[in-house]
Amino acid sequence: MPRITYIEHSGKSHTIDVTNGLSVMEGAIQNNIPGIDADCGGGMACATCHVYVKEEWFDKLPKKEQGEDDMIDMAYEPNPLSRLSCQLIVSEELDGLIVNLPEKQA
Amino acid sequence: MIKTDVLIIGAGPVGLFCIHQLGIIGLKCEVVDNLDKIGGQCIELYPDKPIYDIPAIPECTGEELTNNLIEQIKPFKTNFHLNERVEEVKKEKNYWIVKTNKGKEFHVSSIIIAGGVGSFEPRKFSVKECAKFEGNEIFYSIKDKKIFKNKTVSIFGGGDSALDWAIELSESSKVNLIHRRDEFRGAQSSVEKIKKLSEENKVKLFTKYQLNSVEGDKNLKSISIKHDDGSIEKIETDFVLGFFGLIMQLGPILNWGLNLEKKNIPVNTESFETNQKGIFAIGDICIYPGKLKLILSGFHEGALAARGCFKYARPEETLRFEFTTTSKSVQSRLGVKKND
Repeated sequence: MPRITYIEHSGKSHTIDVTNGLSVMEGAIQNNIPGIDADCGGGMACATCHVYVKEEWFDKLPKKEQGEDDMIDMAYEPNPLSRLSCQLIVSEELDGLIVNLPEKQA
Repeated sequence: MIKTDVLIIGAGPVGLFCIHQLGIIGLKCEVVDNLDKIGGQCIELYPDKPIYDIPAIPECTGEELTNNLIEQIKPFKTNFHLNERVEEVKKEKNYWIVKTNKGKEFHVSSIIIAGGVGSFEPRKFSVKECAKFEGNEIFYSIKDKKIFKNKTVSIFGGGDSALDWAIELSESSKVNLIHRRDEFRGAQSSVEKIKKLSEENKVKLFTKYQLNSVEGDKNLKSISIKHDDGSIEKIETDFVLGFFGLIMQLGPILNWGLNLEKKNIPVNTESFETNQKGIFAIGDICIYPGKLKLILSGFHEGALAARGCFKYARPEETLRFEFTTTSKSVQSRLGVKKND
């Protein structure tokens, strides 16, 4: 199973195995990782599963679909490495992915 | 003071269908919603996105779904209190006293929270000092545009609100438009207009910039914005407007003595009642084993919560289960005349 590392804003790190096919957001929610709210449940209709992808990973991820950047405009402190974790589907290619969580979502 | 059977908090699809379910069992309700229109997330977040999983409706948009629900509840002539937020909920003997931020007071036997993920509030700047100037020089919505005349206004955001105000205010103010990326999500025609205004120097455009700090003692004097490459630019400005869309906040619900699991309210699945007798929660805000955040699940939850309200509203009566196809009393509540 791919391993994903979530680093909270405080620096606390969580590395967990996430089943292929789940989103990076679902991996966090199912494992009670604080810092990802996912208010809309994964519909790309809010910006509360916002993460910063580690730079070396950013270009390896599937490109943003139409609409994701529009939602990121509404996120808390977005930056060029921002993604919505509900749009990152876990696969073997994502094994080792590291995401940093913003200070807050809402 | 308004006295009725049930107060529904939230005018999204689940709240709307619950009006119907209350109506056919003969209960009256009033609805409060913090947005300025009916429809909740369907209207605010995806009015034109198609939905494909409403039973018996292969495809409809959020707006169509809302309009159909409004049509369906017409017979019940429900009052909506829009632009209004419930602040306080208090138990009094056998009824609840509910107060809103506009000073309205409701006396009801039950409350149904159909509040989605909370009420919509504007996303604010993350720079903490902004709070000091909020309401005087920093705004997230515009009430009186006259105050901007002949002043410098710095507008942040890339959506329609930001673009529309930049275009409008550029006629009589000095406008800076600042956005975190090169692309704008607003309407194409507005984006073209902004580009034209920028070429004519009527709007100064800063893209790939975000707010870094605000400066001023009593009054705001200037702001600093930071480019993606790290460089910082200082801008003198009289006003700052932030249009980053709306986020959902649980807000006052946190203070009503309800059990919470993260941002959700646990309920029983028989009547969707919370730990407080007479307060029910349905739709996205409730949580129970197997919960799906689907509109169709919310409809089911509303049907059961409505029946759960009955024993509080009509403690002397027994609710009989009836079908809309055959029940004369239900049909008369719906205003349907049948010739038989």
